[in-house]
Amino acid sequence: MAKSKARVKVPKSAKKGEIFQVKTLISHKMESGQRKNKKTGAKIPRMIINNFTCTYNGDMVIDCDWFPSISANPYLAFFVKADKSGELAFKWTDDNGKTVEKTASITVN
Amino acid sequence: MGIEQQGLKRHLRLGTIIMALIGVGLGGSIANAGSDDKYRAGDRSSGYTYAAKETRAMQDDDFANPAYIWIDQGEALWSTAEGAAGKSCSTCHDDAADTMKGVATRYPAYDKSLGKMKSTEQQINICRVKQMQAKPFKWESSQMLSMTAYVNSQSRGMAMNVKVDGAAAPFFEKGKAFFNERRGQLNMACKNCHEDNAGNMARANLLSEGQSTGFPLYRLKWQKLGSIHRRFRGCNKNVRAKPYGYGSDEYVNLELYVGWRGRGLPIETPAVRN
Amino acid sequence: MTALSRRDVLRLSGAGAAAFVASSLLPNLAAADAASTAAAIKKIIGSKTLQQGRITLELPQIAENGNTVPVGFEVQSPMIGADHVKAVHLFAEGNPEPSVASIRFSPASGRAKAATRMRLAKTQNIIAVAEMSDGSVYMAKTEVKVTIGGCGG
Repeated sequence: MAKSKARVKVPKSAKKGEIFQVKTLISHKMESGQRKNKKTGAKIPRMIINNFTCTYNGDMVIDCDWFPSISANPYLAFFVKADKSGELAFKWTDDNGKTVEKTASITVN
Repeated sequence: MGIEQQGLKRHLRLGTIIMALIGVGLGGSIANAGSDDKYRAGDRSSGYTYAAKETRAMQDDDFANPAYIWIDQGEALWSTAEGAAGKSCSTCHDDAADTMKGVATRYPAYDKSLGKMKSTEQQINICRVKQMQAKPFKWESSQMLSMTAYVNSQSRGMAMNVKVDGAAAPFFEKGKAFFNERRGQLNMACKNCHEDNAGNMARANLLSEGQSTGFPLYRLKWQKLGSIHRRFRGCNKNVRAKPYGYGSDEYVNLELYVGWRGRGLPIETPAVRN
Repeated sequence: MTALSRRDVLRLSGAGAAAFVASSLLPNLAAADAASTAAAIKKIIGSKTLQQGRITLELPQIAENGNTVPVGFEVQSPMIGADHVKAVHLFAEGNPEPSVASIRFSPASGRAKAATRMRLAKTQNIIAVAEMSDGSVYMAKTEVKVTIGGCGG
């Protein structure tokens, strides 16, 4: 998870009440737990990002549980309603409980 | 362009017309969905024109394109000093947006001191070892893919234009011979799929022209970025031939020939393909 | 022009088939099925009746590669405190585990629309279930054909 790199796309500004799109992407293998090591035949243990959240000035916007069927390098696009200037905070959590966090600020006028 | 090359060009053109006639079925309908004129040059078409519309959409939006994770990493590496000389790429090359613009259209290029062709990856490692006194990157490492993709992406939209005459000529001929030679237990040449049957299906796969202008690219199959040499190795393994090494002379020469086949096509790095 | 001979094509197909099996992401495991997916849905909605409508799925008819299949959905809702979408659950009937994602919304979302990418082991039905704030539940179902494609290692 330490190596995972996240990208987020958030507009710099929006009008109050405007609904804008946010796009997120993080590098991660999303090891499904279904694959086997080709040489040894041993099962490769599951290691995925199982949760993603986005908060807006501390309030929950979206809270997702992900399962092994989510593709490698998980992508999520969703919407947020512009309310007050402030910060969007993004958090990805893996099966070990390790997290990657990223923030983006937005001006609402 | 020599007489032989012009002959080959005519051959390619004729081939394309015949292929177009054969490929009217599934290939035709996929290839003609949406406007993709900018991904064509003369009788040549990028793999983009063979891709499904969802795959194209992933490439069209830089935020949907997973390859940008690597591009971001490449951008960060560009100005990170490494090695005994305390230099980064930007120490000598300043802003990549200016200095690396056009590089992807010219590589592989002839290197006088090596006496042979060198690929972008090899030039990056020459810089790392000689100028930075740093360890070379491994070919298919995340760092090498990131740096190569970052460098090549500076030429996005520019026309492929490798130099194949002068000192490059003998290497171009070797690459061309490789492309046309049958190999492996299946006894098939690159050309059998990517020239004679582009637009046709090989089982569930729509065969493309095998153009190289989007590399390194994100393959859905790989679920990550990969180099053109990884792709060459995959093709060679598919026809049950022993693949050559990453950065081998064989593949660098082939890369030159394949680059010439795609002359005029826009650089798409980082592309997204099946 | 030297076309692939019939034999060439057959041989290439054989090589391809072997490669596809070797590279399959979700091999050697019993896939989920309609029954286990229904059980997973029941766990979420209890005894409520699933209604059709209000939720639409956006999926390719044919997925070029099962590793990365784009999936989007939208639920018709004003997304205000008194009337909003609480969650959308995505299921893939033919994957080893039917659950794909559970996405909990809030009125701060403004719009109950999202897009992600998923793995599909084979041709199968994709089901989306929307839970509304008034307790009603809606569903949509779409089949996606999966091409097990992609030459080269």
